[in-house]
Amino acid sequence: MSATVETLEAMERPPVSMGSRLEGELLEVSMGPQHPSTHGVFRMNVALEGEVVRKLKPVFGYLHRNHEKIGENVSYLGSMPYTDRLDYFCSMTNNWAYALSVEKLAGIEVPERAEYLRVILAELTRLQNHASLLGFLLNDMGAWGTPLMYAFREREKILDLFESLSGSRMMCDYMRFGGCRVDASREWLAYAKKIVDRFPRFVDELEQLIVGNEVVIARTQNVGNVSPELAVSAGITGPMLRACGVNYDVRKVDGYGFYPRFKFRIPLGEHGDTYDRLMMRVLEMGESVGILKQAFEQIPAGPIINPKVKIRAFRPPVGEAYGRIEAPKGELGFYLISDGGTNPYRYRVRPPSFINLTILEDMCLGHTVADVMVILGSIDIVMGEVDR
Amino acid sequence: MESLEEIKARIEAAVPGAKIDIVTNGGPSQQHSLRVDNEHACDVAKWLRDDPALRLDFCSNVTGVDWLDRTVKKTVKVKKVVDGEEKEVNETTEEKIPGHIEAVYHLYSMTHKHGPVIIRIRTSDRVENACLPSLTPIWRSAEFQEREIFDLYGVKFDGHPDLRRILMWDEFEDYPMRKDYREPDDYEYEPTPHDDVLERAKPYYTPRPQIDGAESIVEGSKPT
Repeated sequence: MSATVETLEAMERPPVSMGSRLEGELLEVSMGPQHPSTHGVFRMNVALEGEVVRKLKPVFGYLHRNHEKIGENVSYLGSMPYTDRLDYFCSMTNNWAYALSVEKLAGIEVPERAEYLRVILAELTRLQNHASLLGFLLNDMGAWGTPLMYAFREREKILDLFESLSGSRMMCDYMRFGGCRVDASREWLAYAKKIVDRFPRFVDELEQLIVGNEVVIARTQNVGNVSPELAVSAGITGPMLRACGVNYDVRKVDGYGFYPRFKFRIPLGEHGDTYDRLMMRVLEMGESVGILKQAFEQIPAGPIINPKVKIRAFRPPVGEAYGRIEAPKGELGFYLISDGGTNPYRYRVRPPSFINLTILEDMCLGHTVADVMVILGSIDIVMGEVDR
Repeated sequence: MESLEEIKARIEAAVPGAKIDIVTNGGPSQQHSLRVDNEHACDVAKWLRDDPALRLDFCSNVTGVDWLDRTVKKTVKVKKVVDGEEKEVNETTEEKIPGHIEAVYHLYSMTHKHGPVIIRIRTSDRVENACLPSLTPIWRSAEFQEREIFDLYGVKFDGHPDLRRILMWDEFEDYPMRKDYREPDDYEYEPTPHDDVLERAKPYYTPRPQIDGAESIVEGSKPT
């Protein structure tokens, strides 16, 4: 799937040993936390030999607010709006992961229409997350502004949908234990369908910008390679894992929600380089559009929330549960322990982008500083989730 | 996937000496877990990863749980001779169960696409011996998550390649996720010379003439 341009590569790629006067001398540079391409407040301590990275230690925690402790001190439902703030690009999937875990903990059934609505909103979230990620990544590569604005134009349409449904563009707070908060009207579904039908045009446009672009190929192919063995061992999930050719998607494996009812394929990469990671996002957007089209056709009428679930004094039975979903950035999990009270005894978030950062150093070694930015961008991190 | 009892039996056959308990989970999720003793945790983890039938190669989630010291009160009826008569008297005994910090690992298999198998290891107490073996050499994904437990719970992981604080800053002293953590009034309090200066200034301070009956603001100097 990735076309290699051998001549360009031979020209552009600096040899690992640069033979510079600085050879053997390491220069330590602190990149960030105010660097524009770190997508938030994220710092890397980089040891450079000339321009080549020899050592890299990520430093974060600038946005740390001890989300887990706060979650232990409020009621179960009280954490729901706060999960929006984890990965503030994908509040819908955060809500779903949390709701799913509490439903596992308390054994709550979800009505059919609510499950369909959840699938629709999660896939819309995936579309807008991947679109804006590709925009940001092209931005990091030097395509200043234009691709990002194309992506934001599409993202804005989806955020308008979220706003008309939940009342908020990004902090949706839409899901509840045992269902969803408000029902989607027929008009909303029709309008959403219209937007989704037009979305492939944008995907094609973006694909054309990326696939054959010489600059993108030179900057991304063979940059930041990850072997499948390392990816599995390091717990990498999401598009980053599938770019290495490992077929693992929680939507297929766990079959949560109503995903087994939909036909979709899992795009897989071959080389595990930055180009494959980019293309994973493009291809996944196509699959998400497919899921959404099926969901719009199949969505039944009916209640959207399980009426048996208590809203006040909601006390799950004593026990623990780990629920996970395939968020746009990877596997998002919530681990909850209940001691029978109204607050969780332990509330743990398994953030995908935090764990995907584990191998940042392995990916960057031997590459230039300019590549670090591209590699970091292709991991798709959001500091609200990394730092919690 | 085979049941936890079968896994337990196979671990005990493969890793001699390992003590494995099944921790049952009464909730509707029915996610039971295996408690492994600290000495054999690495061997058991390695076996779980490499066993061809299980192949738990993906360690999804690593987290700490703090369990405080508990006192369990038990009331037993005892026959006693009181005032020459035999009576049944309620006698309460208090049993102290020491607290511990637990590390919980959620394991899945990417090869066979099954899971989760949950293993737990626990420290012997919460203060001096908050030490656990690190499973980072077996699953790289535990690297940052064990660092997070070290940072927020204060558990030392033996064998971890790079055990530093990860979310809190390096100079921070307490472990904020512990249940008995009290947050400081001022996170950035530093003793300033201001207090010392005030102290030294006191002898030279001439009290203001006070209105009748008002107390002076400086101790020891009474209005004349």
